[in-house]
Amino acid sequence: MLVVVGTVPDPAVPVLDAPVETTRGDLVVDGRALPPDRGTPALLAAAAATCAFLGLPAPHALLVGDEGLGHGSRELYRHLTEVLPGRACSVLAFHYLQPDVDWHNRVLMAAQAMAGPPELIADAGFMYAAKMSGFAGEYALFTPDAGELAFLADEAAPHPFYTRGFILQDENRVPELIERAYRNENAARCLLVKGRIDRIADRTGVLAEVAAPSVEAMEAMGGTGDTVTGMACALMASGLPAPRAAHLAAQANRYAGEAAAPTPASQIGELVPHIPQALERAMRELP
Amino acid sequence: MALGNLFKRKASGPRAKPRADRGLLVFEHTSEVIRAEKVLKASGREIRVMGPPPEIQKGCDLVVEFPLMEKLDILRTLDEAGIPPMESVPVTGPLLDPVNLFQVKDFGDHLMVRAANMKLTVEKKTRTIVNVSGGGCPDVPYIAARLIGRTLDEAPAPREIGHTLCGYALELAYEEMLRLCSS
Repeated sequence: MLVVVGTVPDPAVPVLDAPVETTRGDLVVDGRALPPDRGTPALLAAAAATCAFLGLPAPHALLVGDEGLGHGSRELYRHLTEVLPGRACSVLAFHYLQPDVDWHNRVLMAAQAMAGPPELIADAGFMYAAKMSGFAGEYALFTPDAGELAFLADEAAPHPFYTRGFILQDENRVPELIERAYRNENAARCLLVKGRIDRIADRTGVLAEVAAPSVEAMEAMGGTGDTVTGMACALMASGLPAPRAAHLAAQANRYAGEAAAPTPASQIGELVPHIPQALERAMRELP
Repeated sequence: MALGNLFKRKASGPRAKPRADRGLLVFEHTSEVIRAEKVLKASGREIRVMGPPPEIQKGCDLVVEFPLMEKLDILRTLDEAGIPPMESVPVTGPLLDPVNLFQVKDFGDHLMVRAANMKLTVEKKTRTIVNVSGGGCPDVPYIAARLIGRTLDEAPAPREIGHTLCGYALELAYEEMLRLCSS
């Protein structure tokens, strides 16, 4: 089973700890409708669509409201340290959360006390904390974009907001930055680097690249990184190793984008309905 | 991996990075440090006063350590109190500069500006913000929901409603977009 941890942009939402339901395209967690327009709800919508396509149980969501002050995130971190050691799942994914190294380490220990323990995935704010903690290698998959890869590669950077002159966010330097991130022990065991060319990599270098179809408008759309991560999470929950899951997710995200025919003003909700067909095509075509 | 293994690795494996998510506020005078400490503690923030590292010593012998991710919100609080710091820098890399590299992409009808990990896209004809993308701090979806669908003139600046470093990066993209759309 897949468990997804993240936030929604409404500080009034308390900690939610419930399976995801999808009703006529709407995402519902513990009775609350969550528009899958960006962030963790977009990831959950893609993951739920993928789980349904694969015949897996719906993802379980651990969510809280947080508008950026970190109060909700810390409340959820506390809840995780209490409940995770008594839970079991195959994949545990962390997403939009206020980066906090101390809480990260406590949550990581709780996750590693789970039965199994599960494969760990980190994206967005929790990936920032995972890198800063020095425990990036405990994770099966990170899903950075080019700017976030520069942050992983820069051993001194505490956040992608800071950079140094020698690390430019130049996609042509992605393989070099991947190598640097691994050399400094700041990468998960597998990386899915999202960009003009999506690259799947591990410590040995780039394993696969996905460059077509190229849907230019997707670069501007909020949530396209969330949908690709959501698909990868669900594919890993089906038992696929991280590199294979990341490769399929990257390809399927492009197919879904092509089918949605977006403009730079399109919203991510338009892409989600195309995920099942996109996955079917990617799984058929990729060896 | 078992719980104990994490402790073991922590002791001998990857470098522990304590306080990697902390920043330092540098002030001109010690009296401002004391006032800033009072204001920030009164607002419930986890801060502490300490001596500065040699790289950023500027005549003041005290700095305020704060949660770096909450930089935008903390700077706004200090501004409102009339005690803006001279500088705010990461603890682990006090000489790191904020990102100053913008990437601009012209889609024809739309223009996208990227600053660090944040992207802002505007429809040129109407100056309407149509997308916000990137980032990982929880205020990004919060800000996005308030910007998308509004024009550059109607929308609140990210610095007014954001709280984090991602919000700060989006503010830079927003300011660059304003500059590009007014030239």
